[in-house]
Amino acid sequence: MRRSMCHLIFILVPVVIAFALLPRVYSNHLLLFNFVVFLVLAQGINVIYGFSGYLPFGYVGFFGAGAYGFSLLVLHLHAHPLPALAAGAVAALLLGVILTPLLRLEGAYFAIATLAASEAVLQVISNPNLTDITQGPYGVRLSGVYAPRFAYGMAVAILAFTFLVVIFLRNSRFGLALQAIRENPISAGMAGVNVVRARVIAWLVSALIAGLIGAVYAWYISVFYPETVFDLGMSIFAIVFALFGGTATILGPLLGVAILYGVYNGIGIATPQYFQLVYGALIMALVLFLPNGVLSLARRWGLNVP
Amino acid sequence: MLIYALIAGLLFGLYFSLIGLGLNLVFGVMRIVNLAHGDFLMLGGFAAYLLFTWRAINPICSVFLVFVVFGLIGWPLYYMFVPRLQAAKDPEMLSLILFFGFSQVVEAFATIRFGTSEYSIPGDVLGREPWHILTQTFPASWMVSGIASAVCIGLVYLYLYRTRLGYLTRAVMSQRDEALSTGINVHVVSAFAFGLSLALAAVAGVFAPFMFGSILPAMGVGVTITSFAVIVVGSLGQPLGTLLGGMIYGVALMFMQTYFSSWANLLPYLLLIFILLVRPTGLLGKRVRHA
Repeated sequence: MRRSMCHLIFILVPVVIAFALLPRVYSNHLLLFNFVVFLVLAQGINVIYGFSGYLPFGYVGFFGAGAYGFSLLVLHLHAHPLPALAAGAVAALLLGVILTPLLRLEGAYFAIATLAASEAVLQVISNPNLTDITQGPYGVRLSGVYAPRFAYGMAVAILAFTFLVVIFLRNSRFGLALQAIRENPISAGMAGVNVVRARVIAWLVSALIAGLIGAVYAWYISVFYPETVFDLGMSIFAIVFALFGGTATILGPLLGVAILYGVYNGIGIATPQYFQLVYGALIMALVLFLPNGVLSLARRWGLNVP
Repeated sequence: MLIYALIAGLLFGLYFSLIGLGLNLVFGVMRIVNLAHGDFLMLGGFAAYLLFTWRAINPICSVFLVFVVFGLIGWPLYYMFVPRLQAAKDPEMLSLILFFGFSQVVEAFATIRFGTSEYSIPGDVLGREPWHILTQTFPASWMVSGIASAVCIGLVYLYLYRTRLGYLTRAVMSQRDEALSTGINVHVVSAFAFGLSLALAAVAGVFAPFMFGSILPAMGVGVTITSFAVIVVGSLGQPLGTLLGGMIYGVALMFMQTYFSSWANLLPYLLLIFILLVRPTGLLGKRVRHA
């Protein structure tokens, strides 16, 4: 357990302190908030893809479910944001439970099925017939609870929770069991690992992470459309960030978000199509030359990266 | 109403089968998912648009041109990406990401060239007179697109079941390793299938302005998902199952649009999830699923 203490002190604490203090020295708070959001999403992908090998293209579905769980409670019950956050988490977990049977699928089937599920939820929520309940395609306005500083604080707290989960997976028997299942489910089952239970836990934890950050996102942004919180681009970004750094590590997604999202904010906002070009080329180069992420370079040189 | 939805559904079903056919061929032969499939369709559509606006070439003629050009493009692309992918640990998963990157590059180039607006070709270049079938009226462009799709599907059937290369292709599909050990040049067979798949996508693209109403650079992702739904319903890795999948998809879509129009967009996704859960190998699938 000494290693996990090291990870807590040298990774979790500096990251949380950095994101807690940055708003004082850097004025673009929305950008910082987006960094936190993508960091959390990339770590959520890390939990489900890195450790258990399921690639959910529709991961953003949980994010959207969280955002709408939060908004519905605020809109209809005029709830305080904190219980509404819990509602967002519950909504994402519920969606996760409903989609649990998808874990029977593998590889590309699973990836596309989650994508379809996320799009299906989007179509239901944005259906004009449900305007009374979800505001349909016209978007949600939550100006009553608008509190960006508080919301940012909660986002950093969720970031800390997410890092805790990943540090736990990296250093625990359970995380090792998950990786064993990823490599070979039959052998892992023979060795006494409860395959189904472990997979379902990883799936629900990653759903919970996305739901929580989705709820905080709704709170922070406070005016959004269904397409904003169910944007497929978000899951793709999160997947690419996680893969770029290297999955099943603690630092990989952090590195991926820092580099790629940094580049995106450098050149992407002014000229999106050129960024898309660079981005696509980068993804291809990554898959062809470094399929295990940037951190695999360090491992090749004999360094043990957390 | 009922007859209209049924016939329109069959026409669109043929067209959707054509869209899915190429994707399924690549999956069947190479076990990789070409997420850029929809973008090749988009490129085919823009090729037809340019040929029509610059040289007033009728889309029917562009079909042949586009087929040859995209088929030839497929060869170098195959040798660039696929052998390297198949050497990796998890080709199926990596191919999703690789071709996603590729589709981003294609979409970016198309956006740089054409902007974000929609383009269309007037429907009457495929025939002015609407067709009357069983008291219902259909635009000629739908009929021509449906018939052309049927012809393409028929030709692919002939290729797979009546030629030597098609025979080898089916051998690689059913047992890749054994095909390799019996001396079949798997790379040549696969490269041919890859080129054919791109060519089919591009041909489908030529008819896209008529069937989808318009084309735009960002349409690729949506088309890829639709074609994935079609081939999963039919069954992955079995090209002719695609025809069944396309028909079911097309008819279901038309019925939804006629009777529950506001929920019609939900259909492809629900159909996809439902089939995946009930029969993960698709309606005609033979392989047993693992775990």
